Amino acid sequence: MPPRTMYEKIWDAHVVREEPGQPAIIYIDRHLVHEATSAQAFAGLRAAGRKVRRPDLTFATMDHSIPTKNRHLPLADDVAAAQFAALEKNCRDFDILLFDTRSPQQGIVHVIGPELGLTQPGLTIVCGDSHTATHGAFGVLAFGIGTSEVEHVLATQCLSQFRSKTMLVRVEGKRAPGVTAKDIILAIIGKIGIGGGTGHVIEYAGEAIRALSMEGRMTVCNMSIEGGARAGMVSPDETTFAYLEGRPFTPRGKDFQAAVDHWKSVATDAGAKHDTLVEFHAPDIAPQVTWGTNPGMVTDITGRVPDPNSFKSDVDRRAAESALEYMALKPGTKIEDIAVDQVFIGSCTNSRIEDLRAAARVAAGKKVSASLKAALVVPGSMQVKAQAEKEGLDKIFRAAGFEWRDAGCSMCLAMNDDVLPSGERCASTSNRNFEGRQGKGGRTHLVSPVMAAAAAIEGHFVDVRGWAVDQSE
Amino acid sequence: MKPFTKHTGLVAPMDRVNVDTDQIVPKQFIKWVTREGYGRVLFYDWRYRDGEVPNPDFVLNKPRYAGATVLLARANFGCGSSREHAPWAIHGYGFRAIIAPSYADIFYNNCFKNGILPVTLPDAQVDELFRKTEQTEGYRVTVDLETQTVTDDSGFRIPFQVDPFRRDCLLNGWDDIGLTLRFEDQISEYERRQKPGATQYSPVKQ
Ligand code: SF4
Repeated sequence: MPPRTMYEKIWDAHVVREEPGQPAIIYIDRHLVHEATSAQAFAGLRAAGRKVRRPDLTFATMDHSIPTKNRHLPLADDVAAAQFAALEKNCRDFDILLFDTRSPQQGIVHVIGPELGLTQPGLTIVCGDSHTATHGAFGVLAFGIGTSEVEHVLATQCLSQFRSKTMLVRVEGKRAPGVTAKDIILAIIGKIGIGGGTGHVIEYAGEAIRALSMEGRMTVCNMSIEGGARAGMVSPDETTFAYLEGRPFTPRGKDFQAAVDHWKSVATDAGAKHDTLVEFHAPDIAPQVTWGTNPGMVTDITGRVPDPNSFKSDVDRRAAESALEYMALKPGTKIEDIAVDQVFIGSCTNSRIEDLRAAARVAAGKKVSASLKAALVVPGSMQVKAQAEKEGLDKIFRAAGFEWRDAGCSMCLAMNDDVLPSGERCASTSNRNFEGRQGKGGRTHLVSPVMAAAAAIEGHFVDVRGWAVDQSE
Repeated sequence: MKPFTKHTGLVAPMDRVNVDTDQIVPKQFIKWVTREGYGRVLFYDWRYRDGEVPNPDFVLNKPRYAGATVLLARANFGCGSSREHAPWAIHGYGFRAIIAPSYADIFYNNCFKNGILPVTLPDAQVDELFRKTEQTEGYRVTVDLETQTVTDDSGFRIPFQVDPFRRDCLLNGWDDIGLTLRFEDQISEYERRQKPGATQYSPVKQ
């Protein structure tokens, strides 16, 4: 057999039926479900008198609208309460395992999948959520789908899909201390553009990707969609296997060894061809800060807000103008001179234990600037929260003046009460700086957890590379 | 699924690149558990001022575009979140076709599931349509999926490409799930062969 990419191997292994000129029917190994994109799918299923084909491969959580404090009180938001009630009923009626608001395993869908060991190399995973690409960090073909497709997977455990093209993004060299996985992916998006990966599945490779922890790889794969790609993947290796060992859904003992042997075969073969190649040199990557209203509008911490006139095409110039107007920024302003009102550390991009550890190292012994209106730390799952508390990270954050919350999507999209007020500016570790994403009129700058923590302390963006803290992972 | 064959209607221009699904339907409306009612909230934050008062500066609120059913857009339309609420809102508002140079993958896919035809045309032709829409009040086009053309009544005629399988599905309004279930035997055969499973080795249930 000629050398194959990881994508081709996983695809080939999941084809139920493939005819020329038609989309293939591929089998789905894990279907993750959350409250915001599933109710209509279950309703459609009921209306057609269909059943969930494989409830045992379907897993649900509540993350988007869930409050991050006062969970012992009844939900104040009636509309959200109805959505939760619908998911509870759907999971009960169709016998689906649900991590509900009271579960110690509840959390953001893309944090709990890997954490529970549901995410394993070689699988296909889908969810009605565009950041499903996160799971690709394990050598998984994982992508977001719409609600009609959620219904399709519930009913058939399959999807009808066309093969994608593949893009290899190679990041060679070592990253500097203070430069994180988040900066790597933001730099990639800045270069390929937010539509650059459209129609592609991205495979991330190279020394700087290999050197990342699983948390770091998840951060990179998570934002594949911000580069337009539905999926992003990293070939599994020892780092992957070590992460998975001992998790609730990971095989044990002899079975684990057998699984590892199989997982090893998932990695892209030497000599396999991708449709597109993009290369980066990690030592050139500085901490990144977005200045505009999409993740491709990004620059180095040492940079300045660009002049819209520097964009070649008319549409890009107008897009930059309207972004700067929304963001209330003037061309030429130094990024370090931009003051922030709020800091949000959380989301499926950067709310895992390592992210919190790194941010806590920066915050330790310091105080959140008096100029800030709020600084939030929202762990990605209740298990991350428990682990962080075991390590005393909550105390570090609280002592510095951060709020310490329960797990959920929170101010990543502000479907609960964690809303960025209009006109306020936020340093956020999330993945989208779209207009109104964190609250109508709110202004979002995407950064890494260490950059967010440093901005909280200084009250404005600052180059964390100059800080004397341990920034190894 | 709703079929789409041919549609003639008033064109409204959305002259911005990278319009994301958070703009098409803001998050507060994705708490609803229905597929209906999203037409009112399409482009909510752009379209309304506080108290849901229409913003007269927003393009869809201009009287000349009232009743538009063809949305003319720029590159990478529908990027961001996978929310199918976006095509539900576009359809609910009354749009039946979109014309743009490119779309985000998930959004593109979601359109076909909801009877909306997303037509892809090269930049130069999209530019020309923007000019025509702005210059001619009441500018209408016909989008024909059978002949794969966009035409107007002043002789403009451009062919467009669409995947033949998607085209058939949309023309006939086929139910995707029904299509897949025709191969139920092969799905069962796959399950016998591959034994997909998810074993819980240590308990997580409370
Ligand atoms: S944290 Fe944000 S991006 Fe991630 S799943 Fe939740 S809402 Fe989506």
